[in-house]
Amino acid sequence: MHPTDFSLRGALDALAEGIISSEELTRAHLDAIGRLNPRINAYVTVMAEQALAAARASDERRRQGIVGPLEGLPLAIKDLFCTDGVPTTAGSRILGNFVPPYESTVTANLLRDGAVFLGKVNMDEFAMGSSNTTSAFGPVENPWSRANDPDARLVPGGSSGGSAAAVAARLALGATATDTGGSIRQPAAFCGIAGIKPTYGRCSRFGIVAFASSLDQAGPVARTVEDCAILLRSMAGFDPKDATSADLPVPDFAAACTRGVKGLRIGVPKEYRLDGMPAEIEALWQQGLEWLRAEGAETVEISLPHTKYALPTYYIVAPAEASSNLARYDGVRFGLRVAEGASDLRDLYERTRAAGFGAEVKRRIMIGTYVLSAGYYDAYYLKAQKVRTLIRRDFDEAWRKVDAIVTPATPSAAFGMDEKQDDPVTMYLNDVFTVTANLAGLPGLAVPAGLDRQGLPLGLQVIGRAFDEETVFAVGAAIERAADFRAVPGLRAGA
Amino acid sequence: MSTYRIEGRTGPWELVIGLEVHAQVISNAKLFSGAATAFGAEPNTQVSFIDAGFPGMLPVINRECVAQAVRTGLGLNAQVNLWSRFDRKNYFYADLPQGYQISQYAHPIVGKGAVEIELPDGATKTIGITRLHLEQDAGKSLHDQHPTKSFIDLNRSGVALMEIVSEPDMRSPEEAGAYLTKLRQIMRYLGTCDGNMDEGSLRADVNVSVRRPGEGYRTRCEVKNVNSIRFVMQAVEAEARRQIEVWEEGGTVEQETRLFDTGRGVTRSMRSKEEAHDYRYFPEPDLPPLVLDAAWVEALRAALPELPDARRARYVRDYGLSPYDAQVLTAEKATAAYYETVAKGRDPKLAANWVMGDLFAALNRTRRTIEDPPVKAEHLGALLDLMKDGTLSGKLAKEVFEAMVDTGKSPGAIVEERGLRQVTDSGAIERAVDTVLAANADKVAEYKAGKDKLFGFFVGQVMKAMQGKGNPALVNQVLKTKLG
Repeated sequence: MHPTDFSLRGALDALAEGIISSEELTRAHLDAIGRLNPRINAYVTVMAEQALAAARASDERRRQGIVGPLEGLPLAIKDLFCTDGVPTTAGSRILGNFVPPYESTVTANLLRDGAVFLGKVNMDEFAMGSSNTTSAFGPVENPWSRANDPDARLVPGGSSGGSAAAVAARLALGATATDTGGSIRQPAAFCGIAGIKPTYGRCSRFGIVAFASSLDQAGPVARTVEDCAILLRSMAGFDPKDATSADLPVPDFAAACTRGVKGLRIGVPKEYRLDGMPAEIEALWQQGLEWLRAEGAETVEISLPHTKYALPTYYIVAPAEASSNLARYDGVRFGLRVAEGASDLRDLYERTRAAGFGAEVKRRIMIGTYVLSAGYYDAYYLKAQKVRTLIRRDFDEAWRKVDAIVTPATPSAAFGMDEKQDDPVTMYLNDVFTVTANLAGLPGLAVPAGLDRQGLPLGLQVIGRAFDEETVFAVGAAIERAADFRAVPGLRAGA
Repeated sequence: MSTYRIEGRTGPWELVIGLEVHAQVISNAKLFSGAATAFGAEPNTQVSFIDAGFPGMLPVINRECVAQAVRTGLGLNAQVNLWSRFDRKNYFYADLPQGYQISQYAHPIVGKGAVEIELPDGATKTIGITRLHLEQDAGKSLHDQHPTKSFIDLNRSGVALMEIVSEPDMRSPEEAGAYLTKLRQIMRYLGTCDGNMDEGSLRADVNVSVRRPGEGYRTRCEVKNVNSIRFVMQAVEAEARRQIEVWEEGGTVEQETRLFDTGRGVTRSMRSKEEAHDYRYFPEPDLPPLVLDAAWVEALRAALPELPDARRARYVRDYGLSPYDAQVLTAEKATAAYYETVAKGRDPKLAANWVMGDLFAALNRTRRTIEDPPVKAEHLGALLDLMKDGTLSGKLAKEVFEAMVDTGKSPGAIVEERGLRQVTDSGAIERAVDTVLAANADKVAEYKAGKDKLFGFFVGQVMKAMQGKGNPALVNQVLKTKLG
């Protein structure tokens, strides 16, 4: 077995048993990155030297009997997390030269628990995108390909495309990611791996470059549900530096993975049955529900009546917050500064931001500025906030009847890099099943459940009550066991 | 009712004035970061990554700043809102690192209140407070450091401000001045704002309109960032006169933001309504609503110091001072504290006379402040005691006081050193009287012949002979006896 094929849990066991050292494990991943990254483009910064030094330090700690929960595990970090002394770009030219002198709380937590960082991974610019094609550092290629068209290069999903592709291609045991409207779950589903967006407030946002503050939430992607559970436990926790972080104990999520689903009531929202959705996805959904019933769960049809407004609501709230959050990229204090030829301050702003932001980011800044403008605020932003409340209430109502909700993760499998690029609205539809969890602040997990006719992975999504990730993990793990998903992508280390 | 009017060509005009005051909160750390707030530090030395708007930084509310806003609200007799919320006010400027200011737009921490102002003629008037909200200050742009570049100092970026908005209740420059004076006084008593207008910790935006007496409101203009009480009064008048001229020439006053040119004493346009920013306010998603515990607010209320109005009333009631003296002595918390130390267990009116007379004169002369006076309050009290027990005459006391100003020593020490103790020994006085009468036999004869006025001459001669130390009452008494 190639060292990069370990699950995160498997690697922890192998390290504990002395079968492999962190240095060997890390080196194997770095070698794989060296071979495959030129094609996949998952990593924008490879921290080879630091990673090996960190791995050796971890091995030394282990010799001294100091073993953290993630001791020696090589991980990839989405380039939205600020890492002390390591470039952090958010996938944007405007931050292309930015090296933060501080560490995000989530990555600091991972380091505290013994993790080794392999590098920073690619993403849609400022996490705005569903295909990882908006990155200033080039698109990421999905390691999977269609059986009947193996040469078509597919997107890994986004915005955490680099995280998902790196984990799927065995270029990391797991990765950090963030999810504002589906940016963890959609790429996880496209790349045949698991990923969870925890409850809003579960992970600190301190040190994560902000996209839409009321929606952004960090979470892990990994190849198994349990691996996600292990990572999330380290990433999560109250942080006094984030006023929206929840002061609640962090449960043992991995333990919850073995709970089973007997007696759980699983909601099936009728509004998630979309016109024109591929029959395979509908079939997989039914299959997933059947698996859960076979394990002793009860499935209940529920209604989330405001679902159809979720996407438009999301595409008002998120750009509104983004238009404000991205105002700080002005060329004055850090990042790109285009001063050449600038006649005054306003000219400096315009030149810097014109050169620094890509088309999708500019589009969202404009949308966000528009919906907050005098005369439009009530019709757009305020209305969207009201609808957001109604969407939350839909879920509150549902939780009286069910313990978790299961839906498809995405309305399609991974698409080609040249597809869906012409019309932004078509691209936005990727988030149709995932944005509701962000708007309501609920945990949502994507778990690989099968393949489509082309041999591409498809995922199911489990949504749970706020701060009840444990039930989400229990249901996700049950689907994972039943699906017994063993398919692997063509592009992967050790292949 | 104010009868202040500006007489125009076409008749009298009434002024309508409201103030938006920005008061820097006294706190060790900034509103949303742990960076220090001391004035006068080297540029960009009190800046956290939060204040500089770095990626991934998040605001966390400073509890002490919230307490200061609540104290101020309570001091303004205002409603404290147990639920308030922060909003973002979006605009681009080089000294605004985040590209937005975190403020409270829709739901301020303090609602309606009122302050009573005192006018020079002794009348009082109530000015309504519309609201008080918390917000962060911007940094400072320095445009005079380089021929083509502006420098940015972010020390002030993120410092907590209270914006206190009044109702348009003022009707004259004097009322505007009295209101700002009172606001400053209350905050200084509370210890919530130092009120240093020179250092920019208190600034006012002045809203002015004019109207015919009895008419509804006309269009107002806002004069931004006026930084002294005197300038506020001047700006009100200058702006009112400008508007009157516009109206009287058949024009229309346009709503706009103006600046007061202190050199020329006129206001000039900064930006028109059309150029006004669209601030795109929306709820600050990085901060949950600010929810206060009612018991916490009550604890702050219970711990409030005595405020100027209450203290002034007490001086009139308990000390028997005139309203004017009471107002002078309570204008500054430090003055009142000084006075109370002097007055404690002594004649309060005598204490007031000494503080307002000799001490204030000494402060002026020595350019010292009441916080750092040349004569300690305890020493001035001791001086009053020496007068009361007869050790010092009034005249000697003045002399001792001057020595206290010069040396900082206690009156007891000065009396001992200089032998200024008043002589009450009747034997010594009799000897001095005898000597004087013997040396002025002719004057004694004239006195006895009916020239009563010479009595003062004898007193003067005796005091002179005793180097001023004779007890005046005793000298009088002995003289009267000897002269028959």
